Amino acid sequence: NLMTDESPRVPEMATQEVQPNETLTHLKTESDTLKTKLEEERAKLHDVELHQVAEKVDGLGQFIMKTRRTLKGHGNKVLCMDWCKDKRRIVSSSQDGKVIVWDAFTTNKEHAVTMPCTWVMACAYAPSGCAVACGGLDNKCSVYPLSLDKNENLAAKKKSVAMHTNYLSACSFTNSDMQILTSSGDGTCALWDVESGQLLQSFHGHAADVLCLDLAPSETGNTFVSGGCDKKANVWDMRSGQCIQSFETHESDINSVRYYPSGDAFASGSDDATCRLYDLRADREVAIYSKESIIFGVSSVDFSLSGRLLFGGYNDYTINVWDVLKGTRVSILFGHENRVSTLRVSPDGTAFCTGSWDHTLRV
Amino acid sequence: MPSKMHNAGRVAHARRMVQQLRIEASIERIKVSKASSDLMRYCGEHAKSDPLLMGLGASENPFKDKKPCTVL
Repeated sequence: NLMTDESPRVPEMATQEVQPNETLTHLKTESDTLKTKLEEERAKLHDVELHQVAEKVDGLGQFIMKTRRTLKGHGNKVLCMDWCKDKRRIVSSSQDGKVIVWDAFTTNKEHAVTMPCTWVMACAYAPSGCAVACGGLDNKCSVYPLSLDKNENLAAKKKSVAMHTNYLSACSFTNSDMQILTSSGDGTCALWDVESGQLLQSFHGHAADVLCLDLAPSETGNTFVSGGCDKKANVWDMRSGQCIQSFETHESDINSVRYYPSGDAFASGSDDATCRLYDLRADREVAIYSKESIIFGVSSVDFSLSGRLLFGGYNDYTINVWDVLKGTRVSILFGHENRVSTLRVSPDGTAFCTGSWDHTLRV
Repeated sequence: MPSKMHNAGRVAHARRMVQQLRIEASIERIKVSKASSDLMRYCGEHAKSDPLLMGLGASENPFKDKKPCTVL
């Protein structure tokens, strides 16, 4: 329940007994009028489809992508992963309560932390590469500085940063190690100062669990997008806490959102088995990536470096690769033996990593 | 009494929704044709430096197993 308490003073209530009802009806009408106007404004600019404009672009050939590395070590479902900026290290988190830092080149485990809870649903690498953040059923986001001394107990230096009133679904450092953005089953997102643990800004507007978030590429300013169980994708201004755009075209939970590399659009993946592309300047959905044969939900999405390819990890154990412009599928990748739960392209775009309920990660 | 308090809460919520919709309705938008061509242009400009799109030779692919070599 995201409503704040507004208790009217008794005299007001006595004289305005009739008015609250009228105000409510009036507001509802205005709300419906605005929604219609919003759809009309968006429709006016809907002069063509993206894939039509993209007809003049060369089609993509066959793609052969192979698993180059398999990272084994988690004792249960892998729920989340993130790349380090050095393009070789990976942090992953699992239902087994463990957070592991891997060297993806060698497949060696460099660090391992056992969290006090199971279902560590979120993890993120700090931009400096010197720390990782994670959390899940503990309702918190904690930061662990990574020590060069492999024998040092990482848990001893743990810093509790974020506190939600329900599970942590996603977390991400901003441009620096100093701030973390979180999303939660409590329906909110929040921005925190890592050092003090102070809440800097909270973001209210989702009507149900928020499942995912992604920060806009730094060139495009201080915004981020979130997706939730209310089927909405919201774009937020980080400074004001204001929701500046909202998109509701998915037919089920949005499990993943990711900005297009230019920052002008973002993709989403949903339990409705589709991925969609929303253009922020046109303020509408501009593409749907779906096939009748694909009936399982999408857990995670990411773009290749140029934005031409969209990778989607699915609950039917596969990865579908889409031509973002033409809307067609260019490849389907097999290998995992259970749901793909998380997927990220490496910072230099040379590879992408997937994590799965089959306990492994693949690069 | 409780029902009136509840009503006030509903009104506050509805007011926020209207405010939110006003903000969303008032933003400036561009045509899909323009947005699409911008997306295409970005893809085109960056295609050559997209390793997953272009494919990588073995020498450039950090994940491909290389034959062992001696460093002199």
